[in-house]
Amino acid sequence: MRELPILAEAGQGASHAGIEAKGLRIGHNGGALLDVAHLALTGPGPTMILGPNGAGKSLLLRCLHGLIAPDAGTVRQDGQKLGAAQRARQAMVFQKPVLLRRSVAANLDYVLRRRPLGRAARKARIAELLAEGGLAGKARQGARSLSGGEAQRLAILRALAAEPRILFLDEPTSALDPAATQAIEMMILRAARRGTRIVMVTHDIGQARRLGHDVAILHRGRVVEHGLAHDLFAAPQTDTTRRFLAGALVI
Amino acid sequence: MSLILGGDSELWAIVLLSLHVSLMAVVIAAAIGMPLGAALAVGRFPGRRALIVLLNALMGLPPVVVGLMVYLMLSRSGPLGVLELLYTPGAMIIAQVVLVTPIIAALTRQSVETLDAEYSEQLRSLGVSRLASVPTLLWDGRVALLTALLAGFGRAIAEVGAVIMVGGNINHVTRVMTTTIALETSKGNLAMALALGAILIGIAVTVTAAVSLLAARGERTGLRHA
Repeated sequence: MRELPILAEAGQGASHAGIEAKGLRIGHNGGALLDVAHLALTGPGPTMILGPNGAGKSLLLRCLHGLIAPDAGTVRQDGQKLGAAQRARQAMVFQKPVLLRRSVAANLDYVLRRRPLGRAARKARIAELLAEGGLAGKARQGARSLSGGEAQRLAILRALAAEPRILFLDEPTSALDPAATQAIEMMILRAARRGTRIVMVTHDIGQARRLGHDVAILHRGRVVEHGLAHDLFAAPQTDTTRRFLAGALVI
Repeated sequence: MSLILGGDSELWAIVLLSLHVSLMAVVIAAAIGMPLGAALAVGRFPGRRALIVLLNALMGLPPVVVGLMVYLMLSRSGPLGVLELLYTPGAMIIAQVVLVTPIIAALTRQSVETLDAEYSEQLRSLGVSRLASVPTLLWDGRVALLTALLAGFGRAIAEVGAVIMVGGNINHVTRVMTTTIALETSKGNLAMALALGAILIGIAVTVTAAVSLLAARGERTGLRHA
């Protein structure tokens, strides 16, 4: 991939924040929607979470991000239990971008205003972010009038505005065409290279191959396999993974 | 027609009083109704559902009943009789506030709740607390809220039953457009009634047009991906 400009302020070269889940469980009617004994994301990432529909991928992401409190189990970030301080260093991008009914720039400023930054610093940062997402000419446009790809790019920029150490993405490209998907994959890889841990849910095996350093396969709420992408795709260790990769796995 | 164009001073005094009373009522009703509506939308407390049903029911409050209640409160022997507000513009403003507040509160509640359903997960992800999300929801629902205000104003300016009971339709003091139309029609002075009727319709049409223009504008710029 060609070299791309990087954002100045982001902590380049910083070691990736580790996140670890133990005994995570969300029950439902006697069964479990989520039942993750142990998942540790400590490598450089990006981590791809793969699995069929209804496997609990989004649920796992929401637990790691603290949007849903599990019935049991703990999430730790760099050894610390997930609390407000940890959550402030996380950000999440949703499948369908939720943009404020304001201008493109105001969507970014909404996040920046919550940080101790002066007016000029915020303005400079907005310009920097817009350039990073290819939205430089659209600062004053209504955010809700952006195309699908632009809207998701803005959602990612807004998530990055908080300079998160961990960025969760829940199928951010599932509704987009290949060109828009590629633009977003580039943004994600650039963020990863700047030191942000990427944890991304996808059901697109090709995307997991393109982006993933390590891959976790989720099935019926359980992590059936977690390993380096190269190894996992070349030699899956479990039957469930083999069937999923062959496209034969349904819930 | 000549009454309107000729700048009949009595007629324009009536129009101005109408606008003064109804605008004041809408401002006060908004100050009460918007926070109330937002609290009902975002808060979670026992009895919330019942309150919402009650609020929606109050939107259809009969003006004559409101007039009667305000009359009883403000009359000499009533609990607020010492204020000596009966048969003043103040009494009319109070009556219209009672009528308009439920409309503004209910519409605010609806708009904030719809927006909250869309925003809440994203705002929580950004670390915005439930309480801190209220200004965001109000600002992003601004088109709907303006529509609520205009709907409230439309209700206030067109209302006759309550203001005639608590205002008394006293010449130069509490005579507004609607009460004058009722009086002049019964007296057979149709020219005055028609002139005021035309102005009232003009105001109503302007307000309605403003509402639909705003809604259409919101549709184009804000809500395309809603």
